Amino acid sequence: MEISPVIEALIKIIVVIFFILLPCVAYLGVQLERKLSAWIQNRVGPNRVGPYGLLQPLADIPKLFFKEDIVPAAANKFVHSLGPLISLTIAFSTFAVMPFGDTLPIVVNGVVHNISLQIANVNIGVLYVLALSSLAVYGITLSGWSSNNKYSLLGGIRSSAQMISYELSLGLSIIGIVMLSNTLQLNDIVKAQSGYYLFGFLPNWNIFVQPIGFITFFVAMFAETNRLPFDLPEAEPELVAGYHTEYTGMKFGMFMLSEFLAMFAAAGMITTLYLGGWQAPYIEYLNLSPFVVSLVQVGAFFTKFALIVVFFMIVRWSMPRFRYDQLMNIGWKVMIPLSLLNIALTGLFILKPIHTWFN
Amino acid sequence: MTFEQGVFYSLAGVTVFSAVMMLLQRNPVNSALFLILNFFCLGGLYLTLNAQFIALVHILVYAGAIMVLFLFVIMLLNLGDDKRLTEHLGMRMYLGIAFSVGLLVELLYMFGFNTPSSYTQLSPASAEMGTVEFIGKVLFTKFLFPFEITSFLLLVAIIGAVLLAKKKIVQ
Amino acid sequence: MQSYIPIFLMIGVSAFLGIVFLVLQRFLGPHRPNPEKLSTYESGMPPVKSARERFSVKYYMVAVLFILFDIEVIFLYPWAVNFRALGLFGYVEMILFILILLVGYLYILKKGALQWD
Repeated sequence: MEISPVIEALIKIIVVIFFILLPCVAYLGVQLERKLSAWIQNRVGPNRVGPYGLLQPLADIPKLFFKEDIVPAAANKFVHSLGPLISLTIAFSTFAVMPFGDTLPIVVNGVVHNISLQIANVNIGVLYVLALSSLAVYGITLSGWSSNNKYSLLGGIRSSAQMISYELSLGLSIIGIVMLSNTLQLNDIVKAQSGYYLFGFLPNWNIFVQPIGFITFFVAMFAETNRLPFDLPEAEPELVAGYHTEYTGMKFGMFMLSEFLAMFAAAGMITTLYLGGWQAPYIEYLNLSPFVVSLVQVGAFFTKFALIVVFFMIVRWSMPRFRYDQLMNIGWKVMIPLSLLNIALTGLFILKPIHTWFN
Repeated sequence: MTFEQGVFYSLAGVTVFSAVMMLLQRNPVNSALFLILNFFCLGGLYLTLNAQFIALVHILVYAGAIMVLFLFVIMLLNLGDDKRLTEHLGMRMYLGIAFSVGLLVELLYMFGFNTPSSYTQLSPASAEMGTVEFIGKVLFTKFLFPFEITSFLLLVAIIGAVLLAKKKIVQ
Repeated sequence: MQSYIPIFLMIGVSAFLGIVFLVLQRFLGPHRPNPEKLSTYESGMPPVKSARERFSVKYYMVAVLFILFDIEVIFLYPWAVNFRALGLFGYVEMILFILILLVGYLYILKKGALQWD
């Protein structure tokens, strides 16, 4: 059974988009966020549509299509529609290099096919993600500018300055990991995190090897995804809704969708780079068949991923927002020196491992 | 036609289209948008030539960083009425046309009629040469000096940018 | 080249999906414009002047400095990939490179170019 790489890739893309990402946005995103925020604020949250309110997203999302699409008369019509399109395309495309698992061995007619659980295993995966996040600025800037609304413009400009500032520390934080694993291929970075570290039981995940890098990366990811406490582009008290003030219906929905997807991409990248990706520690002691191991690993990836997403949400609903000058000061005066320090220290420890320091 | 050829021709088509549209647009923001699309497609074209690192750097630096600055400048200056900006080219336009026709003829002569076979096929060595690993190896051993000098160039650029944009702080 | 096909496809499929969303919205939603609805939102006040105002030069500053430091970051990647192969020599090389740029960084801080007030 030989299928062409184009067909194989298309099948994977459709599975990832329609059976992983969109359900994730509906339930892990919209529904869970509403329930969690309700829980944090001592409310009940959606509980009317279906059992426990579980059908709420199915009612919410199609509703957006049936709303009127209002484009302000003063807006630049073409760019106004282009904004959400760019945001959404970039948000989806990030997942092309995400390793959801290693390989899934499927036996067809007695022949084992190892299906890679990653859409594209390219050897510049890290740079690809960085390039996409640098392009994500346009979706927001352009929609802010094209609306011809003062709030939108301020939101758009603020957010682009914020995103490019934190992109530097984002890029610098990953360098530490690349130095350790000497590859830009995300699946290989995950593989490099196998085994155990310190005392033989702590998994060799980069979070334990690169604590400074982890913190800078984590903070930069929050800023990149415009989540609270970094949600200056849409600070409600001052900017109404920021860059998407003038968007209605599904165009607004596309921004919501891409915001959730960006958060998922951030969670996925944190999992892949720092939390060992699909590595499930201690699994080798269980003597499972390769097929089951593979499934457990996918499960491990999504567990870590979901935990990070929940953490993102708890932070959002319990933190106040930064002031803009504080935000820029953190970005330029704290994050960049810290991530440079991380590089210098990582280099030092690789050249002279810690156990050789005292003899 | 193979899939790769399909990718090449569609990317090349969009590249040319966006370049032309960039020139023809009256609205500077639209022009900048077409330029971004152009850079993006150029990045894709580099990929088809196995130059992965250059491709990504092109998108990261040109489309992702420099064009953000362009957009900022366009929005910052807010020149408003674009009719005021119309330039009367006259003589320069004819010279420009003459030079571009010359360039076109030259290109057609070089590649259009007697294409050397080495230009139509990717050499197998290129697959290895475009990788980040290879570029790193060469850059940090053979081209070490130019690399270190780059840091001075960047330093000068930083100082220049600060000098231009930041006026003296009035107490 | 082979391994990049899925990436081109992914970008294509997601852009297509976005366009489908835009088209669906156009056909499914109502379309009853009126001048009030189409006016720019300004917290209920009649809009004053165009929004295309000039804005602070600080943002421009951030964008310029971003390009310069972005190039530094880009240079770090080929180095980091070969870090073990280059060894101590490469380490010293890169520390020198970063130190020279740190001079520029300190200059920026000293001049207060990134001071948001």
